[in-house]
Amino acid sequence: MKSVMNPSRWLGAGDRVFIVVLVAAVVLVVLGNAVAAEGSAMHVSTYTLTLLGKYLCYALLAVAVDLVWGYVGILSLGHGAFFALGGYAMGMYLMRQIGERGVYGHPVLPDFMVFLDWDALPWFWYGMDHFGFAMLMVMVVPGLLAFVFGYLTFRSRVSGVYLSIITQAMTYALMLAFFRNEMGFGGNNGLTDFKDLLGFSLQSDNVRLALFVTSAVALLLGFLLCRFVVSTRLGRVCAAIRDGEARVRFLGYRTENVKLVIFTLSAVLAGIAGALYVPQVGIINPNEFSPLNSIEIVVWVALGGRGTLYGAVVGALVVNYAKSYFTAALPEIWLFALGALFVLVTVFLPRGVAGVLRRRGAKS
Amino acid sequence: MSHAIRWILVVTFLQLLTAVAFAQEVDPRAATLSRLTERSFDVKERAIDELATYRDDVTRSILTAILAGELYYTKNSGQIVTTRASGGGLAAFDPLSGDEVGQFGKRDLRKITINNSLRSKLRGLLATFDLADPDPARRLAAVEEMIDGIDEETAGTLANLVESEPDDTVRTAMLRAIAMQSLVSGDRERQMKAVSVLEESLNPVIRGRLASVASSTDDPELRERAELGIKRIDSRLSMVRFAETVFFGLSAGSVLVLAAIGLAITFGVMGVINMAHGELIMLGAYTTYVVQQTMPASPGLALAASIPLAFLVSGLAGVAIERSVIRFLYGRPLETLLATFGVSLILQQAVRSIFSPLNRSVATPDWMSGSIQLNEALSLTMNRLTIIVFCLVVFAALSLVLRRTAIGLQVRAVSQNRDMARAMGVPSSRVDALTFGLGSGIAGIAGVALSQLTNVGPNLGQSYIIDSFMVVVFGGVGNLWGTLVGGMTLGVLNKFMEPWAGAVLAKIFILVLLILFIQKRPRGLFPQRGRAAES
Repeated sequence: MKSVMNPSRWLGAGDRVFIVVLVAAVVLVVLGNAVAAEGSAMHVSTYTLTLLGKYLCYALLAVAVDLVWGYVGILSLGHGAFFALGGYAMGMYLMRQIGERGVYGHPVLPDFMVFLDWDALPWFWYGMDHFGFAMLMVMVVPGLLAFVFGYLTFRSRVSGVYLSIITQAMTYALMLAFFRNEMGFGGNNGLTDFKDLLGFSLQSDNVRLALFVTSAVALLLGFLLCRFVVSTRLGRVCAAIRDGEARVRFLGYRTENVKLVIFTLSAVLAGIAGALYVPQVGIINPNEFSPLNSIEIVVWVALGGRGTLYGAVVGALVVNYAKSYFTAALPEIWLFALGALFVLVTVFLPRGVAGVLRRRGAKS
Repeated sequence: MSHAIRWILVVTFLQLLTAVAFAQEVDPRAATLSRLTERSFDVKERAIDELATYRDDVTRSILTAILAGELYYTKNSGQIVTTRASGGGLAAFDPLSGDEVGQFGKRDLRKITINNSLRSKLRGLLATFDLADPDPARRLAAVEEMIDGIDEETAGTLANLVESEPDDTVRTAMLRAIAMQSLVSGDRERQMKAVSVLEESLNPVIRGRLASVASSTDDPELRERAELGIKRIDSRLSMVRFAETVFFGLSAGSVLVLAAIGLAITFGVMGVINMAHGELIMLGAYTTYVVQQTMPASPGLALAASIPLAFLVSGLAGVAIERSVIRFLYGRPLETLLATFGVSLILQQAVRSIFSPLNRSVATPDWMSGSIQLNEALSLTMNRLTIIVFCLVVFAALSLVLRRTAIGLQVRAVSQNRDMARAMGVPSSRVDALTFGLGSGIAGIAGVALSQLTNVGPNLGQSYIIDSFMVVVFGGVGNLWGTLVGGMTLGVLNKFMEPWAGAVLAKIFILVLLILFIQKRPRGLFPQRGRAAES
């Protein structure tokens, strides 16, 4: 595992192929939606476009998980929480944009607050009507949570399985918290019924297209950034920590600081993915925090092949496409298929699809 | 002469006969009863008083019927009857003899009405009936019934009975009832004495009476005494509340321990993260459901039979999981986590496909739905008590297996040093399978217990898996005592937080506390020591 993942080059051959394919695919989809005539073989409907945009957000999330799991060896079962927090920050902005068009027509308060008989915005909703501030929060809130959480755990050398379990506890606790109406995030129903973003209606095809392109760009930038980070000296220390943390510590590195930086960066990326996800699906609710979601992300990465980044993207796209297909066509089968996927990948494909491809490449 | 005498004798004999026959036919109460049909409540009251001089079950049932509004008289003949629904109409019975007197429609009958003062009089009278009952529980209930609205007359009756009362609890209750009356008697000395009797009680009615005396009396000394009494009651009440919370916490903790103890073996002893643990619990619960379906008549027997069966079902499932998946993944704990998570999804969906996604309810045997009354303010429900005892039994059994049997010795050896154990001839892969089966079987038993507390559904396992992991991590890996102490602590802590934080917030607090606790003691309450701990 160690030899094949040479992190010293920013972009290896595999990465370049991946970037080219990704860009080409995105351009094709954009052209198919905007230019190709309806009914032609090349046409991509706005519905499909939005679905693909959702997958791209998941892919960015998978890249974030791969960064901590594949390169630093932190198996986070709580990344769904960072994703959801970013989503909630975006959702709060979108809620404030509804203005008087809500069911109750209150100029400031979102519908659910009027429903709960609240007479003023809670303090944490202040400023969320400014796009810039909200976007800052999209990154700051998950980043801050990851920083505090990571600071506490890494410093006391909680690692391995224990770390995985308490990340799961973290997202579980957040889920319970967000389910409460008193939290001020819409409780059970979450935030929904969004109208527009930066003054453009979310229902319009152009906005959908723009969101898709933004997601693709975010994914590409996120990928390049992660590739860059792992190719630096920091990246090499990360890999060393993954393979033998005690030794790295004995060499004089403050491993907890390295882990903290990467963990926080990863959480910020997850938050951005969540923020792009929410306007495309039109809702954010506490179920996004459920431990099952977080663990599903891990299986995307495992299937694609961890420690490659592009493997994570491939895994996210494939599994989510399969999920959309199966839950519509054969809902009974989906959990069986997903469960079998978990088992088969871990037992037979420990390095995922990317590992298989690479072995093929090395042989020929 | 002799003729005359004989004649006289015959006549007297006949007279006697008729008298006896009359006595049999006409119960003297019949006349009294008929007065109940009068409008005047005074007349009714006198009639009731007269009736009450006959102290037998018939009178008792008549008084009960009047109080319950179940005594009627027929419109045409004015005969007093009790009724029972039969067919389309009402079957009427003579209250004295119990004979059926005919069928009536609702319109043919008129109810014997009573007012509030008669109602309380009837309650008091019925209570005096119960006071003579040979069953002390009945007597106690009667006294408690009186305590609230006791009048001077009843207090007098009680004072006469108190000396001859053989049962201590009943006597105490009687003294309190008398004191309740003394408290409002106006005689200062009696009142003061009453307070010192009443402050021993935990009854909220008594506390309320003391409070009303304290606020209404003009006598400062009496007020002070009453307030002191209330304070004493309150301090004991808060102790009782504390004990109750501890009890609730222990029962909640027992559930956690039961759910986590199997995990403590697979996770603690073997270092295997079994995310399917919750589903093994679920399998145990469904086993209980299925067993109960086969013998619906006797839920108690079904429950007893489910324990070994659930152990087998979940244990075999565990062995199957170990042999088919986990053994390929030893030494890679994170991968085990993912693979077993996949298994858990498959098991959930399997149950959903076989039994439907709806919750199934499992019947509880009767003896488990009762409760034990410890004092006026504290009662322990049987199902909670059972779960605590059951948890301790399972724990003791498991400790015994691990400490005293050959397989237990092998399990411990492999968990402490696999290579050395193998060098000593322990078949480690067989031990792995058996250990995993044991842990899974215990999960199945936990499922039997949980089926009595919650609904049995496909999501049953998921709701316990995170809690179980928390318990094991909190208690310390590889240590059964840690699991016991950890589970009980978390349960009690949770119950103490619930009143002021609410159930959900309490759970969140616990999770946050745990996350912080892990910072301080990364290896739990009772960390494993020695070389094995470092691996």
